[in-house]
Amino acid sequence: MTKPKLAVYWAASCGGCDIAILDIEEKILAVADFFDLAFWPCVADFKYKDVAALDDGAITLTLFNGAIRNDENFAIAELLRRKSVVLCAFGSCASDGGIPGMANFYDRQAIFDYVYGKSPSTVNPDKVYPQPLTKVPEGEVYIPAMWDAVWTLPQVVDVDYIIPGCPPQSDQIAAVVGAVIDILKNGKPLPPKGTVLGATESTCCDECLRQRDVKKIKKFVRPFEIIPDPDLCLMEQGILCVGPATRGGCGAKCVAAGMPCRGCYGMPANVRDQGAKMASALASVIDSTDPEEIDRIVAAIPDPLGTFYRFTLADSLLRRAQA
Amino acid sequence: MTFEPKIIGILCNWCSYTGADLAGTARMKYPANMRSVRVMCSGRVDPGFVFDALAHGADGVLVCGCHPGDCHYVEGNYKCLRRIPLTQRLLQEMGIDPKRLRLEWVSASEGGRFQKIVTEFTEEIRALGPLKLRDMKFDMNRPDRYSLMAEPGDKEHTY
Repeated sequence: MTKPKLAVYWAASCGGCDIAILDIEEKILAVADFFDLAFWPCVADFKYKDVAALDDGAITLTLFNGAIRNDENFAIAELLRRKSVVLCAFGSCASDGGIPGMANFYDRQAIFDYVYGKSPSTVNPDKVYPQPLTKVPEGEVYIPAMWDAVWTLPQVVDVDYIIPGCPPQSDQIAAVVGAVIDILKNGKPLPPKGTVLGATESTCCDECLRQRDVKKIKKFVRPFEIIPDPDLCLMEQGILCVGPATRGGCGAKCVAAGMPCRGCYGMPANVRDQGAKMASALASVIDSTDPEEIDRIVAAIPDPLGTFYRFTLADSLLRRAQA
Repeated sequence: MTFEPKIIGILCNWCSYTGADLAGTARMKYPANMRSVRVMCSGRVDPGFVFDALAHGADGVLVCGCHPGDCHYVEGNYKCLRRIPLTQRLLQEMGIDPKRLRLEWVSASEGGRFQKIVTEFTEEIRALGPLKLRDMKFDMNRPDRYSLMAEPGDKEHTY
């Protein structure tokens, strides 16, 4: 009996999701036992033409991590969509744009101008920028064309499930993969399309073990400016934590270690725009009714856009910086 | 054809919506550009409402609530007072003119003032022009799209 096929691909990605999958440690043996690996650039040497040669729907499960920001990312997203039965947006980049999504604060021209022009120690007086197709004496050289904006996987192809996180925590990955194996082995029904797997329906605050009281914030501080009490809510101590606007499922490990949540699990359930919700939550807990004092308190936040939308800019309502 | 701005007005039930209603019953004329939405309290106005409106065709958003101290729910308008400037700051950093979002306190008896605010705001948005947003919807046949493997013989492409 042929084993079901598994594919894992990285688009505009850091590779952390692939490592997180390998971090399920000995459980990877159960995965290798049950699945036949069809394509996983990080760990095996399959080529694109091997995938193209498969029948449509030959791959049972594809875990696609990384955002879509060039021709290649999109072409392989389309290819894997055709060849897979179940396509999962795996990790923050594929689900919400992730860190690469912050390129949406700029556009391609601005990025090229900086990276190949104004960055420190770059000397490029002829403004040589990468081009998609270049004629050289030996022939033609092609590199995938970079797009002006970053897109998430669900924005460009039809996606079955979302597994959020930067990266999705390994215990959650093990649980999800275990559940998939269980479903496939025993013929159980798959969850409804569009379900978010490996995460809770609530926020990070629900998993946080710190003590929460009434939030009344008179001043925001950077984590190094105070010695935080290890048992109290970070927000209540003035440290900006995006936990209230972040989906749970990660076990609140960062907060347990004294680092405020940065929002990597993306939007909580029923929230369309993470940054807007965080701004809303923040405004609720600022303890002032005087417009000038409010301005002063808010001015202490150095980068609200980057802080609230660190992982979800590409999936926000306004999608990108518009100027 | 002059540009007719689309303005979404989010008005609190107790003061602002009643004030707008007073302008209506007193037959005070103001531009029809504002589409009004009634919420129970200006504290209900989530920054997401503003972004949603702007993302889906609005050129400006006007939020009206009870005067500070007069909120029917005691503190709701103070929350609004904190949310709107933060939202304006986010809009500015996104490259959208923060003047497209305006917060005004309108009491139930201020029909005339409501008329003046809507008229002024409409003209302000008209002067700012339509809100043009890019890269909002993914278009598979985008003009800057290249095939995955360019064929030999393709003309040299530049950005």
